[in-house]
Amino acid sequence: MVQHLDYLKESASQTAGPYVHIGTNPNWVEITGVWKADLGLVLVGPETKGERILLEGTLIDGAGSPVRDALVEIWQADAQGLHNSPAETRGAADPAFAGWGRQPVSETDGSYRFETIRPGRVPYPDGRMQAPHISVWIVARGINIGLHTRVYFEDEAANEADPLLLRIPEPHRRRTLIARRSERDGLPVFRFDIRLQGDDETVFLDM
Amino acid sequence: MSGSYFQRDRQWHPPALTPSYKTSILRAPKNALLSLPTTASEETGPVFGHDVLGPLDADLIRNFSQDGTEAIGQRIVVYGRVLDEAARPVPGALVEFWQANAGGRYRHKKESYLAALDPNFGGCGRCITDEDGRYAFRTVKPGAYPWPNGVNDWRPAHIHFSIFGHAFAQRLITQMYFEGDPMIWQCPIVKTIPDRAAIEQLVAALDRNATIPMDSLAYKFDIVLRGRRSTPFENRMEGN
Repeated sequence: MVQHLDYLKESASQTAGPYVHIGTNPNWVEITGVWKADLGLVLVGPETKGERILLEGTLIDGAGSPVRDALVEIWQADAQGLHNSPAETRGAADPAFAGWGRQPVSETDGSYRFETIRPGRVPYPDGRMQAPHISVWIVARGINIGLHTRVYFEDEAANEADPLLLRIPEPHRRRTLIARRSERDGLPVFRFDIRLQGDDETVFLDM
Repeated sequence: MSGSYFQRDRQWHPPALTPSYKTSILRAPKNALLSLPTTASEETGPVFGHDVLGPLDADLIRNFSQDGTEAIGQRIVVYGRVLDEAARPVPGALVEFWQANAGGRYRHKKESYLAALDPNFGGCGRCITDEDGRYAFRTVKPGAYPWPNGVNDWRPAHIHFSIFGHAFAQRLITQMYFEGDPMIWQCPIVKTIPDRAAIEQLVAALDRNATIPMDSLAYKFDIVLRGRRSTPFENRMEGN
């Protein structure tokens, strides 16, 4: 025998189930009067610095059907690449930008949409700068442990040297993390569909 | 220097594909996950202040009451600590929870189980851990609940938990079960977890010492989030 390492085990994940919104978006499921507003619906305000963008897409299962009961969270840096978090060690982030958003996907077509800003760049552990990206976390009925992925932006040249994108062994799969740009009413719209399984399956991360 | 978060033990967590939990079949990625060290994007995360909380957020017996009437069911206190894998408390963690009522009925528009709604029970609550990582809330014990998986599958009594630690890498959703419930060991969702010890870690213990006499039983449920790498050699003297 050897000495015991004094670590605990992480609590095992379980699915969020079909009624996750009772706990995360009670007002959205008409449980009103318990809390004032569901958290995470609004990321930007008039004081937020940075370029306004829309991030939208659809969640799709392995049969090509929309996933209509998921919850999507995003987490990102501000326009300067700083996170609004006590764990941010590089400086103070824009106080007018929380950096975190959360919403249920549409019950009819599995779509989601966040109004946010284009994030600045964040370093990789070895000091290289990562391309601008938004972290995404998805939970739903049938998903036993939350899926992490990232959104990159089609119009960023920095994608070519991004340490994470370069680690994807199959170059054609890098495309699944790159949101497609269009414009609507003068606002950049980045479309990021998430395919849980099958052809063009989104790259998911173990970070 | 503090560093990246410990790698998740994915032999301990449920795998994505667990066919006896049928919905997982079309919602499980087929490709391997891309493994990377955590970066600042994952080592940071949102932290919530007490200003988001209302006075009854941790009291599910009263927080949806229509006229001051309390929810029907066995009154319980659920309490515990949020710790990391290095056994350090996680203070300031937002813990959200949701559950069915005493009859196993969820208050959700898509839910059609014939058990009645309780007009005074909503089923959601939340709290923020104190400086020692402690949290507590009051509720009624949820009932077992049938669900369309096998023709006669029932969920054991359970409370869903969503926990925000200090980092997006620690984000976790899980479920709490109750000591002594024979249905735990029959549930396809519980059995997505391969290791019996990992399941037992999700079973809250009845704590007679924490009951409120003539009022509520108590269950203890500690939650462990991922730990963070910081080897003694790398540590700064002032800590991390």
